[in-house]
Amino acid sequence: MPKNKLSVQLNVEDFLPASDAERESLTVMRKSVGFWKDGIRRLKKNKISMISLVVILLVFILSFIVPQLYPYSYEQQIRGSENLAPMHYSQKEITAMDSGESVFPHILGTDNLGRDYAIRVMMGSRVSLTVGLVASAIILLIGSLYGSIAGFFGGWVDMIMMRIVDMIYTVPDILIIVLLSVAFDQPLKALAQRPGFQWIQLIGVNLISIFVVFALLYWVGMARIVRSQILILKEQEYVTAARALGASSGHIIKKHLLTNCIGTLIVTTTLQIPSSIFTESFLSFLGLGVAAPMPSLGSLASAALNGLQSYPHRLFAPALMISVIILSFNLLGDGLRDAFDPKLKD
Amino acid sequence: MSEYLVNIENERLSFFTPAGEVKALNDVSLHLREGEVLGIVGESGSGKSVTAYSLMGLTAFPGRLIGGSLQFNGHQIEKMTEKEMRKIRGNEISIIFQDPMTSLNPVYTIGNQITEVVMLHTSKNKQQATERARELLTLVGINEPQKRLNQYPHELSGGMRQRVMIAIALACEPKLLIADEPTTALDVTIQAQILELMMELKEKLGMAIIMITHDLGVVANMCDRIAVMYAGKVVEYGNTDDIFYNPSHEYTKGLIRSIPKLTEKEHNKLIPIEGSPVDMLNPPAGCPFAPRCRACMKICLREMPEYTDITDIHYSACWLLQKEEFERQLSQKGDA
Amino acid sequence: MAKYIIKRIAMAIVTIFAVATVTFFVMNMVPGGPFMAEKAISPQAQAALNEKYGLDKPLSVQYTTYMKDILHGNLGLSVKQRGRTVNMIIGTKFPVSARIGGMAILAAVMIGVPLGSIAAFKRGTMIDNIIIVFSTCGIAVPSFVVCTILMYILSLKLGLLPTYGLGSWKNYIMPVMALALYPSSYISRLMRSSMLDVMGQDYMRTARAKGLSQLVSIFKHALRNAILPVVTYLGPLLAYTVTGSFIVEKIFTIPGLGSEFIGSITGRDYPLIMGTTIFLATLMVIMNVLVDVAYKFIDPRINLK
Repeated sequence: MPKNKLSVQLNVEDFLPASDAERESLTVMRKSVGFWKDGIRRLKKNKISMISLVVILLVFILSFIVPQLYPYSYEQQIRGSENLAPMHYSQKEITAMDSGESVFPHILGTDNLGRDYAIRVMMGSRVSLTVGLVASAIILLIGSLYGSIAGFFGGWVDMIMMRIVDMIYTVPDILIIVLLSVAFDQPLKALAQRPGFQWIQLIGVNLISIFVVFALLYWVGMARIVRSQILILKEQEYVTAARALGASSGHIIKKHLLTNCIGTLIVTTTLQIPSSIFTESFLSFLGLGVAAPMPSLGSLASAALNGLQSYPHRLFAPALMISVIILSFNLLGDGLRDAFDPKLKD
Repeated sequence: MSEYLVNIENERLSFFTPAGEVKALNDVSLHLREGEVLGIVGESGSGKSVTAYSLMGLTAFPGRLIGGSLQFNGHQIEKMTEKEMRKIRGNEISIIFQDPMTSLNPVYTIGNQITEVVMLHTSKNKQQATERARELLTLVGINEPQKRLNQYPHELSGGMRQRVMIAIALACEPKLLIADEPTTALDVTIQAQILELMMELKEKLGMAIIMITHDLGVVANMCDRIAVMYAGKVVEYGNTDDIFYNPSHEYTKGLIRSIPKLTEKEHNKLIPIEGSPVDMLNPPAGCPFAPRCRACMKICLREMPEYTDITDIHYSACWLLQKEEFERQLSQKGDA
Repeated sequence: MAKYIIKRIAMAIVTIFAVATVTFFVMNMVPGGPFMAEKAISPQAQAALNEKYGLDKPLSVQYTTYMKDILHGNLGLSVKQRGRTVNMIIGTKFPVSARIGGMAILAAVMIGVPLGSIAAFKRGTMIDNIIIVFSTCGIAVPSFVVCTILMYILSLKLGLLPTYGLGSWKNYIMPVMALALYPSSYISRLMRSSMLDVMGQDYMRTARAKGLSQLVSIFKHALRNAILPVVTYLGPLLAYTVTGSFIVEKIFTIPGLGSEFIGSITGRDYPLIMGTTIFLATLMVIMNVLVDVAYKFIDPRINLK
């Protein structure tokens, strides 16, 4: 171990004191990064999340922009073109093409009423996405509000509010949705006849029931998360107060609120979207979703069951679409959570 | 073969992380005799825990031993298989960890966790093991041992939990007990109790202890020898008296200087060591302490200092010692 | 512990009561009552029917009668299926669903727990990546998609399994598979992250320091801690299985409670709707209480007020 025989050649200059400059050159500090920049940087590195993001963008384009430019509309029934296989034309259309007209191909064929299936799938996707986003927005709003109030006030207010949450949690949601859909059916139909409420007919009674139920039941998860965030912040608030920083505690709360709370909220909402879409498609499949003729991916799949043997594509197209949507949102949500989780810092 | 119970020579260990190779141990050498207490002192990241864990083969992934010889009780640790290591862990060599709150499994009773190690290494049956567990609890100063056996970790206080950890560690009467910052997570008064207990048990059972800590106060009372580590190297080694009364390395001096003294006048400032710890991903070429050393020389930045003996026990890795030697040789040459 | 159980049961009763009340009032929001959809019937016939089903009495009386009936376990008479009580209907249909659901839950746990543990154990390797990919896809694909794809491949194309009914054991395979896919994927992911969490805990290090082998450490020390989130999930799992059964039974034409429920909705058989809702809700609430109690047995730390 200890040696006195040196393995290095030395001379006098070596023993001169080192200057400050020389010493500083050796200290390399790791760059410190801001929270958001760091998170976004990590998200970008996550290839799966980036791919999911691109897929989601494509889906959005397909659902909202392409239908506007598409030559067919979702309720347009083309006589003589019923039950066409993908990329086939009806007799009428062939005649029209022969005489020089250009007929846009039915990429996914048509359904039994002669409606172009591709546009119906795209519209169905639009409906599913819209429902998912609107429902998630409702959940975010009600959940955060409820959770913030419970967390902020604490005490018996908190206790009562949380007991209610516990009870709602145990109630089976689908049952209530089904009940409400059935119950609202007549009254809303009656309401839809009245002037100013025509839009109800368009969206469908069932969809409104779904939104109502989302507003009533599904926000509880979000409320719990927000509440726990607020509780953590309150701890910090007291610490800050104890340090008697006075007015700047408000500033610090805002700063911490932004970093902690919003990060969690973004992740939770992103993961809530596929869940809402799932629920909507599930209900549509059972016949409790949007009203015909507006399609939803769930109702399209349900209708395709009958002709499964002969027209399998009618099932696979909406099924694939919805799986892709749900999967991408889930992967993106996972990626966001990994990116903004401080524990996983490199 | 060895007068030493533990003889670590030129150990090198790195962690292969996604960010790069972290050279945690950079040529570490230590030794310890039976019944001796060695204190390893250093700040976080100096490698003190890593050294101890490597002796037990508990190096966490992605760490790997990349060189050196580790001898313990006649075993050549780096050459042993996992199966062979399991035989000596908890048996000839034991360890107690820093945080007793998380070191015990929350879903099993205290009794279960003690009898487990007894039945693993001895041929005792459940009943005998339970009896032994009771003995051990009494040995470590826990009252109402029968009641405690059926309790869960969360029902005990921090100090009691650490006593239980000690009981588990001593169950098979090991030759070496490694204590990794055993009192850091405890109240000061409990600290003193635990340390006293450890010394008592050391006398009773004749075991050696490696005490890992950043607290010089702890080592002053307990240890026969002290190794000061910095950035994965032992920078100074010696008797307790050597280290405290004749510190050689600037880092050691800094540590001792920074201890607040009771006799200090109130207005005297505390003297910290300037600078921040080394980035172990890119350790500097020369002495790792150089950027923070007030006596830093040009050579310190270029070359890793070699060990210089001060007495036949006390040695240190510092170019300043070599400077004296060098100057002496120069003047001798001049004379000649 | 006893106090805890009593509290949970009390809360459960309140919840069931609330659900029954909500169900009752929601059903009565529907104008016209259960016989609206029928062909036009004479006022006398209408009055007779109303009297038979007690619909002529004021709402508050109907409510108390209904609540009393429930307490006695009487869920009323089916409106559409003349001559059969709701209890009878539930009694015959529920065991079918329970069998399939039970098998699905069992399969989900027996597949998910080992897979998740293996993935955690072999973190970063090919096996881990494969398991992650499959389980992520498994939770993304809606059950009706799974059902229909399975049916298409295994039944229509390959002709291996029958498409409907419950003739033989073969009929059980696809429904159970379809129902178990989502939960087993979910449990697998849950178990994986829980295991990773636990494996990084200090007490695992203590276990190794004692000289225990990896295998024993995992089975004895890690598993019991890691399984806790999965136990918590059992409650929602049951809820999922119940609702999942609606779809599975519809697609595979299985005469279970799920398809009965759906049928009662389209047929507006209100007593049956209400009875089934209350029955299912009660089932889930009881399950949740059992799960909470079981959890407390496994983890002695939990100290819920």
